[in-house]
Amino acid sequence: MPDALRLYAHYVRVSIRSQLQYRASLVMSAIGVFLVTASEFVAVWALFDRFGQVRGWTLPEIALFYGMISITWALCDALGRGFEVFGTMIKEGNFDRLLLRPRSTVLQLLGQELTLRRVGRLAQGILVLGYAASAGTIDWSLPRAVLLVASIACGVCAFLGVIVLQATSAFWTVDSLEVWNAFTYGGVTMSQYPLAIYRSWFRALFTYVIPLGCVNYLPGVAILGRADPLGTPAFVGWVAPLAGPVFLILCLQVWRIGVRHYRSTGS
Amino acid sequence: MAEARTGALRPYMAIVSVRFRMLLQYRSAAIAGLFTQVVFGLVLIMIYEAFYRSAPAAAQPMTFPQLASYVWLGQALLAMLPWNLDAEVRTMVRTGAVAYELCRPIDLYGLWYARAVAQRTAPTILRAAPMAVLATVGMPLLGLGEWRLTPPASLAAGAGFAVALGCALALGCAISTLINISLMWTVAADGIVIVTVTLVSFLSGMLIPLPLFPEWAQAALRWLPFAGLVDLPFRIYTGHIAIGGLVPVLARQLGWTIALVVLGRWLIGRGMRRIVVQGG
Repeated sequence: MPDALRLYAHYVRVSIRSQLQYRASLVMSAIGVFLVTASEFVAVWALFDRFGQVRGWTLPEIALFYGMISITWALCDALGRGFEVFGTMIKEGNFDRLLLRPRSTVLQLLGQELTLRRVGRLAQGILVLGYAASAGTIDWSLPRAVLLVASIACGVCAFLGVIVLQATSAFWTVDSLEVWNAFTYGGVTMSQYPLAIYRSWFRALFTYVIPLGCVNYLPGVAILGRADPLGTPAFVGWVAPLAGPVFLILCLQVWRIGVRHYRSTGS
Repeated sequence: MAEARTGALRPYMAIVSVRFRMLLQYRSAAIAGLFTQVVFGLVLIMIYEAFYRSAPAAAQPMTFPQLASYVWLGQALLAMLPWNLDAEVRTMVRTGAVAYELCRPIDLYGLWYARAVAQRTAPTILRAAPMAVLATVGMPLLGLGEWRLTPPASLAAGAGFAVALGCALALGCAISTLINISLMWTVAADGIVIVTVTLVSFLSGMLIPLPLFPEWAQAALRWLPFAGLVDLPFRIYTGHIAIGGLVPVLARQLGWTIALVVLGRWLIGRGMRRIVVQGG
């Protein structure tokens, strides 16, 4: 295990060094991602400017969910790049090379790239979260701060699970399908607002099948100290984020089945 | 005379049709994209529905069915927006192959504009029709009738929308071509693409319908070129802009198109003068 961590650290160093070769382009695209995501939050502000509140939730409260999911996705997107572009790897037959190496495929794929330009979304998420944290709606305490950090970590696991599934599907379909964007990018958009505003079938999908609600909405409600309008007991928010790592473990089992199933395209 | 004119247009038409056939190869990607866009449409509509149910009618600048139609039209016509640059033009400029473009006996701006037309229409045609069917017929079948894409407000609104959409395409391609021209100043290109993408999505109505922005911003939004890409045609469709308002809408779209084409032609002339192709 420490050996694997050392190898991963090495992968990360190599990846960072190679990205820093194109420094101007890197800075430009990080700023670009920041601008695009920042304008998205301005749009949310515009909606609150017009409507005042959404189902009793105010802008600072929304900003908590929004900031949390932005940071979560930025981290996952930076870590899981190898899985996201896995379809191309299969198509070009490059996965064979990974299989030949005496290390786990998951470790090698995670080590493919730590995408630095995601820092743009991370910065937006931190700013939005900073606004939520300082707006006076949250009664901060140590347990709540810990829950915030833990939910983000568990959320990264949940999203990683989705992109592992996305990569796994490429074993059967060769190209990795855009369908999964519905659960990654769609999941991000969905999580920017409290789960309670959606229809029940939709809430069920994002709680029991893809547990994004468990790592964002439920702990968010606990951090805000609000009663959940859906009526879940208060303690649930404190344990629900664990669904993230559990989901990731399940997805990695599916991945293992996929690897066993793999037949090279030969190209 | 008329024959001479079609003759002059023929090379451009050929470029459009060749590019078109190439881009139509990506069918499975289109089906996958369709599913994703339906999910996005549903999420957006649920969010707007929640806002609409929490505020008095006075705060609602358009009716909910109009808003739902606006969202679906946006999902259907997403690919028509000038989001990205033409990867092939980028390679051409990087490798110096752009010099071959100069050897062709046709006008370079026209050539690149024709490429943009193909790049914007092929994926749109693939995605728009199935998306429109799903949003019109599929939603009621799922029991979500109030979220569906309603037909145009009237026959005239439908016809007006078709014309305005054509103008939106012309405008979008003028912006696309400008982005591609910026590649000639390669260092600046990344920044220009990013700024354009941000402006286009934010100010066209694609991110949120423009009427939902604060009242004080409305006049400025209306006069910027970006509203002509999405917002103005969509509001003609839903009847939010009465059909009597069609002429000013078209005037704004075409005025901006002409201005941007003139700008693009001037820039391409300057860019070509400074381009240096390495031999060997």
